[in-house]
Amino acid sequence: MKPAKFDYVAPTTVDAAVEALRAANGEGKVLAGGQSLLPLLNFRMTRPAVLVDLNGIRELSFIELRGDRVAIGALTRHREIEQSPLIASKLPVMAAAMRHVAHLAIRNRGTIGGSLSHADPAAELPMLSLLYSASLSVQGPSGRRTIAAEDFFVDALTNCLEPEDIVVEIEFPILQQNGWAFEEVARRFGDFALASIAVSVRRGASTIKDARVAVMGVADTPLRLKEVEGQLRGIAIDDQMPDRFSELVTSSVSANGDLHASAEYRQHLLGQLARRAMQTALAAESDRR
Amino acid sequence: MSATVSVTVNGTKYDVQDVEPRLLLSDFLRDMLGLTGTHVGCEHGVCGACTVLVNGDSVRSCLMLAIQANGAEITTVEGLGTPETLNVLQAQFREHHGLQCGFCTPGMLMTGEDLLRKYPLATDDEIREGLSGNLCRCTGYQNIVAAIRAAAGKRAETVP
Repeated sequence: MKPAKFDYVAPTTVDAAVEALRAANGEGKVLAGGQSLLPLLNFRMTRPAVLVDLNGIRELSFIELRGDRVAIGALTRHREIEQSPLIASKLPVMAAAMRHVAHLAIRNRGTIGGSLSHADPAAELPMLSLLYSASLSVQGPSGRRTIAAEDFFVDALTNCLEPEDIVVEIEFPILQQNGWAFEEVARRFGDFALASIAVSVRRGASTIKDARVAVMGVADTPLRLKEVEGQLRGIAIDDQMPDRFSELVTSSVSANGDLHASAEYRQHLLGQLARRAMQTALAAESDRR
Repeated sequence: MSATVSVTVNGTKYDVQDVEPRLLLSDFLRDMLGLTGTHVGCEHGVCGACTVLVNGDSVRSCLMLAIQANGAEITTVEGLGTPETLNVLQAQFREHHGLQCGFCTPGMLMTGEDLLRKYPLATDDEIREGLSGNLCRCTGYQNIVAAIRAAAGKRAETVP
C-alpha cells in the first residue's frame, strides 16, 4: 500500500524540529531512518498529519568518547555503529550484536535513536541500552532532560516520551568487564529475536566480582535481570557455573508466547542461550567463538 | 504540498517537479523515471526486491521517501551493466543460473554489489547472512550464493 497524505518538514536544527512537532499539535511524527515508520505508513497503521524528518540535522550523527562513557548521536546509523573501531574497543557487546540488527540495507538507514524510540521488545539496541544502563538525552518544548534507559521502555512499542520529544543522544557507560557474550536465536538471520541474552562479567581468580545480564524477546519490554546479577556476585567459577546461571535466568523470567513461538519454547531457548553465553563470557579471550 | 526532487540516477541528472512527500522512492524510480528494473514486492521492507544503492549504500527504496533522495546519487539495476556488457556480478548470475523467475533478481544484484564492497565474503555462511534480507520465492538460493561466491573470487583476483 501507499502512505496517506502528510505534510513534510525537514528542519536542520533540533530546536526547529521540536517546534515543528509542537506546531503539529500531537499529529506529528518523527522520521529518522524510517525502517520501522515507513512500513507503518505504507500500511496506513499510522497516519500523521506532519512528518518531521531529522535526516538534515547533521549534529545528531556522531560516536565519541567522553571519559568513561561513549556518546552516540540519535541519528547515527546502525552501519556506522557496526563499523566503528571505538564501539568495538569500548562497547564490545554492542559491536557483537550489531550484525544481528536486521539486514545490511536496513542497517544502512536505521538509526539508534529510531530503534530505541520504536521500543520493539525483541530489538537489540533497546536491550543493550539496559545492559549498559545507558542514559538518553531528550529534547522537548521545555528543554533537554536525561532519561535512564530503565525508565524509557514502558510497554511493547511504547516509550515514555511526549509527542513533542526527540531523542538527541545516548550515553553508554563503559563496563568494567573481563568477560562478555551476546547470544540470539531468530527464525531467520536478521529477524527480530525469539530470545536473546547479553552478559557482562568482571571476574576474580575464582569468583564473579560483578555481572550484568539483560534479556529480550520474552516480555513486553527488554529486561535487565538485577536479581540474577545479585545472585552472581561472589559465586564460584567452576564447570557447573554455566548450568547454574541458566537455572537462575529461567527461574527469574517467565517468557511470553505468541504466534512465532510458544512460551515454553522461548523459555527453553533462553535457558540454552544463557548457558552458552556464560560459557563464552568465562572463556579465555583466545577461545572465543 | 509538493516539492522538486533533484537526483542523479545511474549517472543521469533528473529534476522532477511536483513530487508529493508521500511518494516512495521505489514508485518515483518506476513511475516517474520509468526505471522499472527496480521491483516492488512486499512494500514494507521484508522482501528486498526494491533494493537500490543510495550514495553507494544499499537501501530498500520502499522504505525511503523520494523527497529524502533529493541531492542523492542512486544506482539501480539498470546502472550495473548492459545486456551486451554485463558487470562482474551479473555475468556470474548468468554463469551460475542465479535466477529462476527473475523477480527478486534486481534486489539480489544490488544487495550483492553492496556486500562485495563491504564484506570479505570468505565463506558461504557470510554470503547467506548478507543475503538474509532478500527473499527468493522460487527458493533458488543455492545458485545465487554460488554466483556471489564466484564474483567474490573474481574480485579477489583483480584486487592487488
